[in-house]
Amino acid sequence: MTDLLKHPDRRTLMMAGGAATIAALLAPRLAVAAPAQVEAEIQKLYAGRPLAEGKIKFDLPSIAENGLVVPLGVEVESAMTDADNVKALHVFADGNPNPSVASFFFTTMMPKAAVQVRMRLAQTQNIVAVAEMADGKLYTLKREVKVTIGGCGG
Amino acid sequence: MATPTPRVRMPATAKAGETIEIKTLISHEMESGNRKDKDGKVIPRKIINGFEAKFNGKQVFKTVWHPAISANPFMSFFVKVPEAGTFEFAWTDDDGSVYKSEQKIAIG
Repeated sequence: MTDLLKHPDRRTLMMAGGAATIAALLAPRLAVAAPAQVEAEIQKLYAGRPLAEGKIKFDLPSIAENGLVVPLGVEVESAMTDADNVKALHVFADGNPNPSVASFFFTTMMPKAAVQVRMRLAQTQNIVAVAEMADGKLYTLKREVKVTIGGCGG
Repeated sequence: MATPTPRVRMPATAKAGETIEIKTLISHEMESGNRKDKDGKVIPRKIINGFEAKFNGKQVFKTVWHPAISANPFMSFFVKVPEAGTFEFAWTDDDGSVYKSEQKIAIG
């Protein structure tokens, strides 16, 4: 403390440095998708149809150390019969430059609608899944993943 | 870039009606189109944008991939094997190339 008082110059310098860091953090490095863009993508697919919570389960880390390779597991609860099956599953990430991650189209040859992929996440953000069932019902689920090192561009 | 090499891991035999997990991997850089080279120019996008699995000629599973899929894309899914036959897997590149792999499965 006395050290800081004796050297006001150093203190000013540090504060200026801190302000610069904050400015750098606030300035967007990349144009990223906002939650509104995810919403727009969902509207493009299923304009105006109601989305219910449930049926979907994520297998996602809550903290991803490396945003370049984030394991993503999604399972949609369904009997996968002719009458009751999952037609499609779409995954979005609201903090990536492009909100779409992947779409999966299932058939009744598949006994369960469960998939695993590895994805890139540019920063801490929400993962949104939307499932379309054979009867036309839509289900959704959202989960946040904290990313230590981002994985898009740079 | 070297030609992408697909790799598929699944059992060689199954009981009729048994559920198997199919795991696939293909070597591909999945250039997102968001990165810049050292001169500040955007490196053009080149990814595998789709993957499809067929069994005895019938479509089993299809996916669409976006640049958010990691390099060397991994994909795992489940299939119920009704009879002996051949699985065909196909990955479609942005440049139009299709990388294929086949895997036979016997009932036993």
